[in-house]
Amino acid sequence: MSVKTDAIGKEWPATTYEVGKEKIGEYARVLGIENPVHFDREAAKAAGFRDVVAPPMFAVVYSSPAVGPAMFDPEVGMNFAAMVHGGQEFEWGEPACSGDEITTTAKCLDISEKDGKGFYIFETNAVNQNGDQVVKGTWTLIVRGV
Amino acid sequence: MADVNVGDSIPELTVTPDKYLTHRYAGASGDFNPIHIDAEFAKAVGLPGPILHGLYMMGLVAKANAALADGDPRALKRLSVQFRGMGATETEIVVSGTVKSVDGDTVVVDTVAAQGENQTIRNAEAEVVVG
Repeated sequence: MSVKTDAIGKEWPATTYEVGKEKIGEYARVLGIENPVHFDREAAKAAGFRDVVAPPMFAVVYSSPAVGPAMFDPEVGMNFAAMVHGGQEFEWGEPACSGDEITTTAKCLDISEKDGKGFYIFETNAVNQNGDQVVKGTWTLIVRGV
Repeated sequence: MADVNVGDSIPELTVTPDKYLTHRYAGASGDFNPIHIDAEFAKAVGLPGPILHGLYMMGLVAKANAALADGDPRALKRLSVQFRGMGATETEIVVSGTVKSVDGDTVVVDTVAAQGENQTIRNAEAEVVVG
């Protein structure tokens, strides 16, 4: 068997996510992040943010809905039972704040095979309601036994 | 100019996720893959038990690096990680890192997250603006 590479370059429809104050707080609490800018509107504004601000890795919350359909696309053809998340990169721009509406697109950058493993690389790009770049994500998924 | 030099260690972050952490992280992140929250399912697919979300551990790596800038969420500009081992609940995670370059106020930190000898995240590179 070998990997299908037809989906390289494919882009999927954008998803939108409205960032909520309590969702930011929920995420920060699970990670044990205590900076009040993630919970308290006044503290966030005093620190120069438009509103309660998300920790950087909150990026997974609004980026995942965009990359999900790409991963499940039959044209990509990943075998989920044998898939592991091999690597992840994020590059941040404008912080994500409560009330932001973030639009994220996903694209397949590459599909390749090495030593019986399939390497699937996706990119997500998230921009806010003002058109500012919020985060770019690079997702590397590895499927064993292709 | 940042008061950080090549070879400096970042403050070590230690966390012992409790038995229900993966459930809380699933709710917070939206990732309900049963390998993280269902012990029977995890064992049926050959895992020792529910495994930690890789992105949870990456979140801890981000937190440890943000500490260089007193937790300022604007400080972390880029974070690239490789997931190399499965993490377990009820086991201490140690996140440690070493500054490998300094350019003005921007430092690059090589970071590792480990449970004992099991390096769950390695070759993590964080670009952080300090000072």
